[in-house]
Amino acid sequence: MKIGVLALQGAVAEHIRGLEAAGAEAVAVKRVEELDSLDGLVIPGGESTTIGKLMRKYDFIDPIRKFSAEGKPLFGTCAGLIVLADRIEGQDDAHLELMDMTVQRNAFGRQRESFETDLDIKGIDEPIRAVFIRAPLIKEVGAGVDVLSTYKDEIVAARQNNLLACSFHPELTDDYRLHAYFVDMAREAAASRV
Amino acid sequence: METGTSRVKRGMAEMQKGGVIMDVMNAEQAKIAEAAGAVAVMALERVPSDIRAAGGVARMADPTIVEEVTKVVSIPVMAKARIGHYVEAKVLESMGVDYIDESEVLTPADEVFHINKNEFTIPFVCGAKDLGEALRRIQEGASMIRTKGEPGTGNVVEAVRHLRLIHGQIRRVSSLSKDELFNEAKVLGVNYDLLVQVAEAGKLPVVNFAAGGVATPADAALMMHLGAEGVFVGSGIFKSDNPEKFARAIVEATTHYTDYKLITEVSKNLGTPMKGIDIKTLSGFDRMQDRSI
Repeated sequence: MKIGVLALQGAVAEHIRGLEAAGAEAVAVKRVEELDSLDGLVIPGGESTTIGKLMRKYDFIDPIRKFSAEGKPLFGTCAGLIVLADRIEGQDDAHLELMDMTVQRNAFGRQRESFETDLDIKGIDEPIRAVFIRAPLIKEVGAGVDVLSTYKDEIVAARQNNLLACSFHPELTDDYRLHAYFVDMAREAAASRV
Repeated sequence: METGTSRVKRGMAEMQKGGVIMDVMNAEQAKIAEAAGAVAVMALERVPSDIRAAGGVARMADPTIVEEVTKVVSIPVMAKARIGHYVEAKVLESMGVDYIDESEVLTPADEVFHINKNEFTIPFVCGAKDLGEALRRIQEGASMIRTKGEPGTGNVVEAVRHLRLIHGQIRRVSSLSKDELFNEAKVLGVNYDLLVQVAEAGKLPVVNFAAGGVATPADAALMMHLGAEGVFVGSGIFKSDNPEKFARAIVEATTHYTDYKLITEVSKNLGTPMKGIDIKTLSGFDRMQDRSI
């Protein structure tokens, strides 16, 4: 499985390490044409406004939508979750508008409110250590979205078919089970394309 | 649930990687920086080149400026405290600033001791000229390092010197045996275990940005080429003729630092960059990089 990590800005190297630990080949993606050879794409944590602007500037929006329409999986973490969402609270425009959910940016407050905690995630046996940094929340989801995890009754991880998103940073710990989960999604999607 | 852990503080800097952090002096400049794609803004009363020109004692910014900037942008807001000024840092923390720069750009409040940054919930970035300085700051709790360079000069030579030195020293310690590292820790004035960690990883345990003299898109790309994980641009943007265009160009050149055609395009018709100062004309206390070790 060859998985790309969108490398316009943010924690790219950490995701590459996580994907490799999960048995995939991982590459940094800076150009649209690099999407062609991929089985899946991670949109990393970073600043969503910066990533969103650069995605538009380099015409990534439609090619990534097409990538998703082909059934290839996308995984957004933190800023990446915001980039995937259909709706962003307080903003008229969203970015990729792929996942049927409304997100709230900086939902926990400022950096001093950032935290880590243990979380149960549907489909993963034992709790995972989740690092939340100026993290967003999923405030509401459409019927086709499966909620994978909640924290204090708020949604922090979800899946809609080939789309996976979480509020926290699985790439900041050495526990790569969520990366393995995503690599499995890519494997299943590749098998169904053949 | 735990706040202020080292993973949470260092992780915040990880999310800034590949980005540009811009100095701003008011809400209007902060909006320009955010619109240009900055990953964070540094709220200041004066940019380094003005601090240099004004002379006198430079202190933490008026909290009103920090508050105004915080109100208008959704990206993180950083602010500077004087070296060793625990109370300025506590004030900034209580205001909800996202990151504190314990900075040599301001006049040091303590010429011997830095702030014990481990005690704070919010993360700190500190400047360094060499590996020893970087690791001493990390021991004190810094969650991010930047080169000191020579702020407010528009001259990238010192940032280049510091980044090359830090990387050269890391390569050197990576080649040392465990027994040699005991002596090296003594020579550098740093904790042995931390030095072993750096030697084994071949990199600092925190994110390392370039700062101090970055004035053009090509300067920013040069620092990325030399292995910086992002850049701070201080006086360079709002002391140029066309801050909006300059800011956008620096962001693009940082993202695509190996795409020379793109850097060519974004460098066209930018107008005059800040004038700049030859480092050799600076002496004594005008050399901000020498204000702490």
